[in-house]
Formats: sequence, C-alpha cells, structure tokens
Amino acid sequence: MAMAQVAVEMPEVEPEETFKMLGRGVNVHYGDKQALFDVSLAIRANQVTSLIGPSGCGKSTFIRCLNRMNDVIEICRVAGDITLDGRDIYSPKIDAVELRARVGMVFQKANPFPKSIFDNVAYGPRIHGLASNKTDLEAIVVQSLSQAGLFEEVKDRLHAPGTSLSGGQQQRLCIARAIAVTPEVILMDEPCSALDPIATARIEELIDELRKDYTIVIVTHSMQQAARVSQYTAFFHLGVLVEEGETEFMFTTPRDQRTQDYITGRFG
Amino acid sequence: MAAKRHSRRRHARERYLRIVGLSAVAAALGMLGLLVVSLTFLGHSAFVQTMVDVPINLSEELIDRGEPAKGNYRKIVTEGFLNLLPEIQARGERREAGKILSPGARWIIKAAVVANPNLIGTTHTFTLPLADPFDQLHKGVIPRDVPQDQRRVSDNQIAWFDHIAASGRISSPFNWGLFFNADSRFPELAGLAGAIAGSFYALLVCFVISFPVGIAAAVYLEEFAPRSRWTDLIEVNINNLAAVPSVVFGLLGLALLLNFLGMPRSAPLVGGITLALMTLPTIIITTRASLTAVPPSIREAAYGIGASRHQVVLHHVLPLALPGILTGAIIGLARALGETAPLLLIGMNAFITSASGGITDPATALPTQIFIWADSPERGFLARTSAAILVLLGFLVTMNGLAVYLRRRFEWQW
Ligand SMILES: Nc1ncnc2c1ncn2[C@@H]1O[C@H](COP(=O)(O)OP(=O)(O)OP(=O)(O)O)[C@@H](O)[C@H]1O
Ligand SMILES: [Mg+2]
Repeated sequence: MAMAQVAVEMPEVEPEETFKMLGRGVNVHYGDKQALFDVSLAIRANQVTSLIGPSGCGKSTFIRCLNRMNDVIEICRVAGDITLDGRDIYSPKIDAVELRARVGMVFQKANPFPKSIFDNVAYGPRIHGLASNKTDLEAIVVQSLSQAGLFEEVKDRLHAPGTSLSGGQQQRLCIARAIAVTPEVILMDEPCSALDPIATARIEELIDELRKDYTIVIVTHSMQQAARVSQYTAFFHLGVLVEEGETEFMFTTPRDQRTQDYITGRFG
Repeated sequence: MAAKRHSRRRHARERYLRIVGLSAVAAALGMLGLLVVSLTFLGHSAFVQTMVDVPINLSEELIDRGEPAKGNYRKIVTEGFLNLLPEIQARGERREAGKILSPGARWIIKAAVVANPNLIGTTHTFTLPLADPFDQLHKGVIPRDVPQDQRRVSDNQIAWFDHIAASGRISSPFNWGLFFNADSRFPELAGLAGAIAGSFYALLVCFVISFPVGIAAAVYLEEFAPRSRWTDLIEVNINNLAAVPSVVFGLLGLALLLNFLGMPRSAPLVGGITLALMTLPTIIITTRASLTAVPPSIREAAYGIGASRHQVVLHHVLPLALPGILTGAIIGLARALGETAPLLLIGMNAFITSASGGITDPATALPTQIFIWADSPERGFLARTSAAILVLLGFLVTMNGLAVYLRRRFEWQW
C-alpha cells in the first residue's frame, strides 16, 4: 500500500536517484503507544523538505528515525525501512554511529557543549579522525564556522565558551558543529523556535545557502517558514503522513481537507 | 470580596509555612551551636598544657657519651626538679614532690639528649609538662578549698606547687602535643598524632578502593547496563547496602579480612577496606545521581554528530558529572572518617603509643581514639576527649566545606 502511495504521488518523470533518503511503511512505537502509522516519505537530494503538523503528530519522531537517534530511547521501536542512497539504514550492516556522521542533526534548543567555540566545532572531526594535523583541524573549524555564517562574529574569541554566545549564535554554532563532520543530510528539528525574528531570518538564509551542498530536512511549526525555506513539504497529522508534495502546491492547492484546515489555521 | 478573603488566607498560610521552616532551621542550628559550645567549654582547657621550666644537669656520670640512650634519666630529672624545692629533705616528701612533674619528663629529656649528644655535661633548662592532677589544679579544675582527702593532690603538694609558681617557672603554652604526640597512659602526654595518621591511612585506602570502583559501577549501571530485572535487583541491593548499619560491615571485616584472610589486626588497611565497603554504596548512588543530572541535550548533541556511546560518556557526561561525583565522594569519606563501630570491631581501638608509619602498622583512628579517651578515668582525658571531638569536627567541617567549594567552583551553569 505504501509503495502504491509513493507511486501515485510521485510523477513518473521523477527517477528514484533524486531521492537522497526514502522511508517506506515506517511504524514507530514508544512502548505500547504507536506514534507513527505507515509513513512513506521521500527526501530529495539538495532540496529542503519541511515537516509540518500539529503538536504531537510525530514530526520529531520521524526525523529522528532518519539518523537513528531513536535507538538511544530504550522504549522506542522502529519498523519499516528507511534508505540512504538506496541502502537500508536499519540493516545490521550499518553502524548507527557512522550513519549519524553522514546524517547530522540540529536540535530545537541550541545545545553547544560546555567547551570553547573551537572545541565545539572540532569535536566531530576529532572523533571521526577527519583532520590529520592541527592545521587541517583549524581549517575545518574555520570553514564550518564560515559556512554557518558565524565566523566573522566569533573569529576573535574562538576560545571563549560556546555557551557565552547569544541564542541565535549558539544555534549557528550547532549548525557549524553538524557541518564540520561533512554530513550529506542535515536534520533540523524546529531550529528557530527559540529565536527572535532576526536570528530566525539569518538561519533561514543559511538554510537556503546550505542547500547547495547538503540535503536538508526541517521540522517547523511556522507555515510561513516552511513556505519560505522549503521546496517540498510533508504534512503530518496524528501520526499519519496526510499529504506531501512541492511546497508551492501544498500551500496553494492542498488536496486533503485536513491539510486545508491546518494551513488556514483552523487547528494545530 | 471572596477573592480578597481568599488571598488573605493564602498569605496567612504562606506566613505560617515560613515560620515553621524558620523555626526548624533555628532549632537545628541551635542544637549544633549547643554541641559546639558545650564541647568548647569542656575541651578548651586541653588546648593549653601547664609546663614548668626546670634546669637539668646532664652530668656525664649519669649518661654515657657512647650510649646516650642508656642514661639514668629518671634520676637526672628527679634531681633537677627537686633542686627547685631545696627545703624538702625527707624521702617520703621527696617522693611526694616528684609526682608533681609528669612521669613522661624523662622521655622528653632522653629524646633531646639522643638527638643532641653535645648537651651531655651541661646544665640545660627544659620546659617540662606537669603531671595531670597539677595541670588540672593550675587550670582550676581541681578545687583547692575542699578537704585534702577529697582531691587527688595533697596540701603539701599544693604548697610546693605554689612555691614553684611564685618563682615564675610555671607557664601554659599552646598544647602542640595534642596534635604531635601519640597516645599515652598519661593525659598530659597523650596526643592525637597516632589517631590522625591512622584515620588518614584508613581514608586513603578507603578512597583508593571505593572511588574508582564506585564510579565504574555507577557508570556501568547508569549508562551501559540494559534495563532488566537483574539491574533492578542490583539497584535495590545497592540502596539496601547503603542502609546497612555500619557495625555489620565491621563484623564482615572481622570475619573475612582478619579471621579468614589473616590480615593484621588494628591496621588502617583493614579499617580502610571495611570503610570502603560502607562508602561504596554512597559513592555509587551519588555518582548515578550526578550522571542523570547531566542534561539530555548534551547527550543528544554528542550522539547527533556521531559519537559512540562510550565517547558520549567519557568525553561529555562524566566530565560534567565530576563535580557532583567528587562532592559525593568527599561526603562519603567524611562519613567514613566519623565511623566508629566497624573500626572497634577490627581492633583499631588498641592502645598504641607511636604514630603508625603505614597502612599495615597497628593504629587507632580519630573516632576510636575519642572512644578510648572517653573511657579513661583520668581527669585530663575528660577535656582531651572534648578537644579530640572538636578536632574531628574540624576535619569534618573542612571536608564538607571542600565539597561545597568544589561544587560551586566547577558546577556548570546551564
Ligand atoms: N520519548 C518518548 N517516550 C514516549 N512517547 C513519546 C516519546 N517521544 C514522543 N512520544 C510520543 O510520540 C508522539 C509523537 O511525538 P513527537 O515528539 O514526534 O511529536 P512532534 O510532532 O514532534 O510534536 P511537537 O511539534 O510538539 O514537537 C507523541 O504523542 C508523544 O507523546
Ligand atoms: Mg517535536
């Protein structure tokens, strides 16, 4: 059934290779409680896909399936298959730790390590052995900070604690930290929900730039934000993926009544 | 109207709660204050010691230069002291007067001569401790105005003592001996050096065992062990272990370490192992609490960039939990320092007159020393018991202060 849905909703001209990640029939339980029902969703390469829906509908649950962050939660069980470049990420041959280096994550609340700005960004490259010497490492840190649009603001105080930055800067630091391990996909779970409009605008610009190099999945509560930053949108409701498609069409001509109600602000 | 009444009731209730809380705090502080005040009242006199300056003729006839340790110091001291009271001639009276000086005076002189044989053949003035009853007399603990048969010093002795005092030879300096002497039969010579060394070695052993083992166990249980009936069982048992009366650990130490494994009696090694068994649950419990207190967002951040579980624990969680772990360990050690019952059972209440030099030498510990002194009949030990309790309290307050300092200093502000 899931296959049928994908086939129906994707126009035939779209070849599967453009799917960076693909979830098919994903069911997730927390203990006895089912949080996701048979979700099938494609994540297209070098595009921004936004996940929207009312609180508790399973957006975070789904995005956390994409880098197996749910493995850390003991009561969480994930069924169905999810692929990255066509390879099943839940297969025993895949190491969750390596997967997370390829599929990075930025969280709702900026969570820099209680270390210096430099060490925050350098931590990932260090544990993955991406830099062979100190100069390499410094280059990676500078490049990641620049890509995250933070370098100019912090270049004089790379050794100040990461927690001494403002909220928006901390969130960009977390993005830089995620970029530093050169992931292919970046997952962002409501990255702007704790930020003011100006800091939010900066992050949104940044997301647009990052799209050139990375595939991005973003969870957001703001439909305006989804409309501004994403090319594709998926609408979740009560653990079910109701509708997905190009953002433009979703917001102008939704096919499902529930989507219509949500984007016109009738619930959620 | 109803809203107003409601808010008045609420305010009254808040005031009531605050008063109850404040009185509870005041009561607790009051009791602590009472304890310290009464201990100070009883013990302060032990911090000074009545001494007498006596010129001693270290004649070559009585000390062999080749073997200074073999001299007849008893005679040397008695003669030197009685020279202060030249009018006494009768043997009985000389004997009686000699009791004013501490019997330990001869060891002090012997030690000085052995350390510096050049003194032989000279006359040197030594400052020597008085015997306990005269120490007490000078401090006013033994009253002068009661009939002679109701006090431990005779009228004659008092007269002689006053005679010496009139010549300005009596002084009351700070009693360093309380800290630098080992235990002794004579209160005026008894000190805490042996007990402090014993407690130090026992705590060292306790720390070396319980700290790494406790942390390793807690990290495993908290971070790596899968939730199962087994880990639940272990957890319950650790909590139970923390509540086991310490005397039981003492019995275990006695049966297992002394009788079965044949370790030396009264040794800080055995005491330390016993205390470690007792401290271990405390350290495990506080370590686990500190580990859970590390915000989940830090773990998520680390997992999110591909850190493995052990990297998350070693690089992030453990360093952040360390101040809390150290605080718990210090509080556990402070409890171990004050623990008496298990040490009594493994014989750390022996009478030992030299400070122990290692973890296998017999020793006492501070609380057991207090126990021994509290049990001694001499008046001098009464004040010394309180003084020793004050010293122990001083160590406890220092350790707890250190714990608070560490927590303040290294606690991460989220
Ligand atoms: N760790 C967990 N343990 C148990 N249940 C959970 C857990 N995390 C999420 N759930 C449940 O799963 C369902 C989906 O939660 P999820 O966090 O994915 O929602 P969401 O769409 O991200 O909501 P929000 O917009 O509020 O973040 C909710 O009903 C929630 O109660
Ligand atoms: Mg969420």
